[in-house]
Amino acid sequence: MADQEITLMKGNEAIAHAAIRCGCDGYFGYPITPQSEVLETLAAEKPWETTGMVVLQAESEVASINMVYGGAATGKRVMTSSSSPGVSLMQEGISYMAGAELPALIVNVMRGGPGLGTIQPSQSDYFQACKGGGHGDYHLIVLAPASVQEMADFVDLAFELAFRYRNPAMIMADGAIGQMMEKVVLPPFKPRRTEEEIIRECPWATTGRVGMRKPNIITSLELRSEEMEVINLRIQAKYREIEEKEVRYEEFMLDDAEYAIVAFGSAARIAKKSIEIARAQGLKVGLLRPITLWPFPSREVARLSQKVKGILSLEINAGQMVEDIMLAAGGNAPVRHFGRLGGIIPDPDEVVEALRNMF
Amino acid sequence: MTREEIIEKGTVVAKKPDLLNDVPMHYCPGCSHGVVHKLVAEVIQEMGMTEKTIAISPVGCAVFAYKYIDVDWQEAAHGRAPALATAAKRLWPDRLVFTYQGDGDLACIGTAETIHALNRAENITIIFINNAIYGMTGGQMAPTTLLGMKTATCPYGREVSLHGYPLKITEIAATLDGTCYVTRQSVHTVAAINRAKKAIRKAFEYSMQGRGSNLVEIVSTCNSGWKMSPEKANKWMEENMFKFYQLGDLKDTGAAK
Repeated sequence: MADQEITLMKGNEAIAHAAIRCGCDGYFGYPITPQSEVLETLAAEKPWETTGMVVLQAESEVASINMVYGGAATGKRVMTSSSSPGVSLMQEGISYMAGAELPALIVNVMRGGPGLGTIQPSQSDYFQACKGGGHGDYHLIVLAPASVQEMADFVDLAFELAFRYRNPAMIMADGAIGQMMEKVVLPPFKPRRTEEEIIRECPWATTGRVGMRKPNIITSLELRSEEMEVINLRIQAKYREIEEKEVRYEEFMLDDAEYAIVAFGSAARIAKKSIEIARAQGLKVGLLRPITLWPFPSREVARLSQKVKGILSLEINAGQMVEDIMLAAGGNAPVRHFGRLGGIIPDPDEVVEALRNMF
Repeated sequence: MTREEIIEKGTVVAKKPDLLNDVPMHYCPGCSHGVVHKLVAEVIQEMGMTEKTIAISPVGCAVFAYKYIDVDWQEAAHGRAPALATAAKRLWPDRLVFTYQGDGDLACIGTAETIHALNRAENITIIFINNAIYGMTGGQMAPTTLLGMKTATCPYGREVSLHGYPLKITEIAATLDGTCYVTRQSVHTVAAINRAKKAIRKAFEYSMQGRGSNLVEIVSTCNSGWKMSPEKANKWMEENMFKFYQLGDLKDTGAAK
């Protein structure tokens, strides 16, 4: 197909191009390594002259996420991107958006922490993304791309999920996926929704009282405990529905596997290489790659735990997803973790060695 | 003579604006918020902007402003209202977008959002209620608390060596190239109320004309926090607040254009 043009670009650039192409109305961000190319690419592309997309460099990540709140509250498709320390600053706004049930996209191109940490890749924000991060009982829908192609593809998917459930969604990549260049087929152009479409499709949005309808109020505040519990229960019911319907994962060489690696993002790519090496040595290993980190593919891990001799959680962190794997495995199979820290990416050979040593 | 007959024969000199909801307000008797809410509701209605208004409420006493003024509202996190307004206005340029914030929200925790939204010349209006105290949380020291003034967190009076100086953020706003109209008003007399209403109207009109950002400070009383009767609070405000926070326009570049 003529529009299946293959281009070579960084993951961060793919995010920016995909945003323009999938009808994104606004991007609000603040520079931070290793994801600044998202804002830089948008600034260079000038989408405000073509699709009408708003692009704004905010004064901080705190302001960025609150701009996203303000834009999402009007029913527009809005997003921000940042990297770990910046996403920490955004937690307040993310919690408010979850509470006010606002759809939006947050991209985290993770770097190593804690603190200012390092600018090298890491996956150490798993807890922050999947277990709340900010205050209160809430979840984000978290997508973990493992290629530049998925960076491009997940932008529209994240928006679709966010609007379907009126909940913020996150694309959680790491510095490697953000910075590396790969072949990518960008998504086809989809026009931004018109104001009339937004008013029709988002009857809850603060667009102004068009037609003198009843006022819309976007808030996460309710002082009456009995009312607040009802709101919380409704939000929790929504999370159960998302867990039921939106789990996404990839299986790789699991059919005859005696051991399984569970890994996401960059770590999953390394895992595939490790599996190749291990199999050449006669060790039958397969991979389960969660694509949604929340909702987590717990059922798939549970199933896996009944047929393999051991599960290795390969993460570029000190062991975070491993807790969800253990919960899902329920003691059916031993679960171990292997990871490197401080911005070091594990080597496929050391993963094979870890497999041999741990089980 | 029935009540209806009296009303019919008389001339209406004051009336609750349609956009002000007929619900009990949570504000303390004597508080300035109620008057300012009425003015904002009147101006929106008179400008015919009811169907095109997106308002942003703060964290503070005015957190529930959305219960009283019958337009679309977004409730912001503490201090972040100007960031919300920035996005709403840029994404819906023909809407009237304004924030309604108190001194703690605007001049303390949200200083960065305030200054940068104003300096980016966002076509919004910020209504700034300055009563020199944190009302909602029970009367703690605000960035605008006057020297010597007693609050729950400076019970012996604000002093420079401990607490630094009160912040004149409106004067700062007037120095920013992005601001169009910066004014300081009050609502303690009928004349002052009329002037404040004109200021709000002017700010809203400039916002809609795309002339940049607008800040309307209303020096207000908090008789509960100040521990004064409404009457005494008004007098204290005249004698103390107005000396430090002088009333009047600080900047009006819209008029020249």
